[in-house]
Amino acid sequence: MQINWNEFSPIASFAGGLLIGLSAALLLLLNGRVAGISGIIRQAIFASNKEMTWRLSFILGMLISPSIYFVLFPYASIQIHDNVTLLMIAGVLVGYGTSIGAGCTSGHGICGLSRLSLRSLTAVVLFMSAAMLTTFLVKHF
Amino acid sequence: MLMLIISLFCGLIFGLGLLISGMANPQKVLGFLDITGLWDPSLILVMAGAILAALLPFQWAKNQSRSLLGQTMQLPDKTQIDRPLILGSLLFGIGWGLAGICPGPVIVLLGLKQINAIYFVLAMLAGMWIFQILQKRK
Repeated sequence: MQINWNEFSPIASFAGGLLIGLSAALLLLLNGRVAGISGIIRQAIFASNKEMTWRLSFILGMLISPSIYFVLFPYASIQIHDNVTLLMIAGVLVGYGTSIGAGCTSGHGICGLSRLSLRSLTAVVLFMSAAMLTTFLVKHF
Repeated sequence: MLMLIISLFCGLIFGLGLLISGMANPQKVLGFLDITGLWDPSLILVMAGAILAALLPFQWAKNQSRSLLGQTMQLPDKTQIDRPLILGSLLFGIGWGLAGICPGPVIVLLGLKQINAIYFVLAMLAGMWIFQILQKRK
């Protein structure tokens, strides 16, 4: 294993992580709700009840976050895959998988692990392993 | 109304966290997932920072029935490690490994006006919709 020291960004990543954790903590302490993004998206769109509005509000906050980020860091660049077929296959797997598995990187990864949930730990180990194996296979085949 | 403003603010902070940490950058995520290549371990620190900030609040909330603002405390009560959890997490992991994108970051990528994020979002919503349909049939 070789470490990519050029890309390694411990301070920014840790600081960003603190913000993510702070967001999850505030949403729980004040509103009593869990910041699991896959669940928030799915239930904002497909479960029409009075819990929809706060979820839409949370999503709106995420949508406007880049405009504030670019005021702070004007030269940041972010690139996304340009293979549309691959993006769509990945999208369906992420949408369906997080629905039946009841969570993603935020719900199981951050909130679940912070609850010390064994169920979430299992999910995290499984999706991390599957993702690392997939990345390996895509690169080598 | 207050609940909506707090949700908006939390979404904003969450999105900023994803951007600052590198989680919203698919190339960075793939650099982390590629453990046999030139590995970028940064995202471990994202998890560490997030859990450090959330651990005590979540432990406190476990024993509360109401939030500080009097809302019902809605924490998951499932503890069973069942087949849907295992299958769903594996499928999600495969999708995450293919594109380096998970549900939070793709919303931020939409906000960044990354056109290709739309394809991922539509496909993700289709995946969620399939789940909703199958749920109703049960």
